[in-house]
Amino acid sequence: MRHKVTVVDYGVGNLLSVCRALTHNGADVITTEDPEKILEAERLVLPGVGAYADAMNGLRVRNLVGAIQQYAQTGRPFLGICLGMQMMLDNSEEFGSHEGLGLIPGSVIKISATDIDEKPHKVPHIGWNTLKQPAGRDATYWQDTLLRGLQTDASVYFVHSFTALPSVQEHRLADTYYGGRLISAVIHRDNLYGCQFHPEKSGPIGLKIIENFLCL
Amino acid sequence: MKNLRLIARLDIKGPNLVKGVQLEGLRKLGDPNVFAKKYYEAGIDEILYIDIVASLYERNSLFEIVRRTTQDVFIPITAGGGLRSIDDVRKMLRAGADKVAINTAALKRPDLISEISNTFGSQCMVLSIQAKKVSSGQWECYYDNGREHTERDVVEWAQQGAALGAGEILLTSVDREGTAKGFDIELVNAVSNSVAIPVIAGGGMGKLEDMNQVVTEGCADAVAMAHVLHYGKLTVGNISKEAVQKGFRIGRDFSHEA
Repeated sequence: MRHKVTVVDYGVGNLLSVCRALTHNGADVITTEDPEKILEAERLVLPGVGAYADAMNGLRVRNLVGAIQQYAQTGRPFLGICLGMQMMLDNSEEFGSHEGLGLIPGSVIKISATDIDEKPHKVPHIGWNTLKQPAGRDATYWQDTLLRGLQTDASVYFVHSFTALPSVQEHRLADTYYGGRLISAVIHRDNLYGCQFHPEKSGPIGLKIIENFLCL
Repeated sequence: MKNLRLIARLDIKGPNLVKGVQLEGLRKLGDPNVFAKKYYEAGIDEILYIDIVASLYERNSLFEIVRRTTQDVFIPITAGGGLRSIDDVRKMLRAGADKVAINTAALKRPDLISEISNTFGSQCMVLSIQAKKVSSGQWECYYDNGREHTERDVVEWAQQGAALGAGEILLTSVDREGTAKGFDIELVNAVSNSVAIPVIAGGGMGKLEDMNQVVTEGCADAVAMAHVLHYGKLTVGNISKEAVQKGFRIGRDFSHEA
């Protein structure tokens, strides 16, 4: 069976790569800025690149905030990518304070300008980094989730200056470490998933994550 | 452990992958999409396309090449050459690029860096700098493939670019580009230690030791390679293996890929 995936198009960023990764895995993809189509979606993807305020504004001017929030209550699969993941939280402090979609409790803060030893390190966090189970969890934690079949330390591609801080520990599915400091790599709540990294840019491992999303 | 990204640089002229020496004397090497796919499958971390004639002739054939790349290459793509406005950048991101590399247009109007950074995020604004050595410890910014000079100091420009919102610096040594004589380590070190954003070292990679040196002594965060890959002097496999042996943590770790 071919899976139908709806990708939210709200005027910012790079939809093509996300769509290509989905079609590569056999999905039928539509992109839309129509709230009705979002509500009808079987699987919804919220991509995002750029500034938080612009992105939220892009959703607001198209009347998509309510539709996405309503969709999230249906239990159908949802995947936020990068900024799309950050928008799942309550708010962000990126250049001021901005309200998010509030799908997962928590906020978005700037990545620390120093590493764990208080030495300056480079921000944005750009590059490949490894996925780990949150402290106290083992590999079984990823069973039956978006990360099914992945091994600890699988490498994926990150590029971000801000980081999601979910307030509920159970909403963290995978972490990574930058300069020794913890970064939320994947957050989840029921069928809502958010990846800080770009699965569509993370080679075969990213494609596996997309495939898992189609099988949720 | 030092992180290192390995980047394949593909210079484009019209529909072709080309390669010159010191950005001059171009040879056609073939279909860039074929090369990009080959490097992706071999495990390269990122692809970098530079349309080297676009800013001379004010045209750009790169959009179609990038669009085609996204069909079978699922790693980050940076594209540059001839992009001069927010609209150009938007079009390139829509074509499937993740980042844009800006040189000439930023030199002519530095505020473009802030505009791109504010609109699309600093992570997609790569400031491309063509550096030519003037004297010991001093380099000048060039554009149009090292033909036009600016009297602008490279280190100062890198700092200004970072302050304006660039997310990365692609630093190409015009003197070393295509020569396979090794990177200008002094240049890479000077820039890398003067900005808090990642620096991609380019121009001069000829052998494995060059990579080690530019990372350990030059403090590069990433290495852009063209010549050695396109002419098959080194493979992505050789290079990755060497990087791991030297204790660098490179991007894609094959032991975890299905």
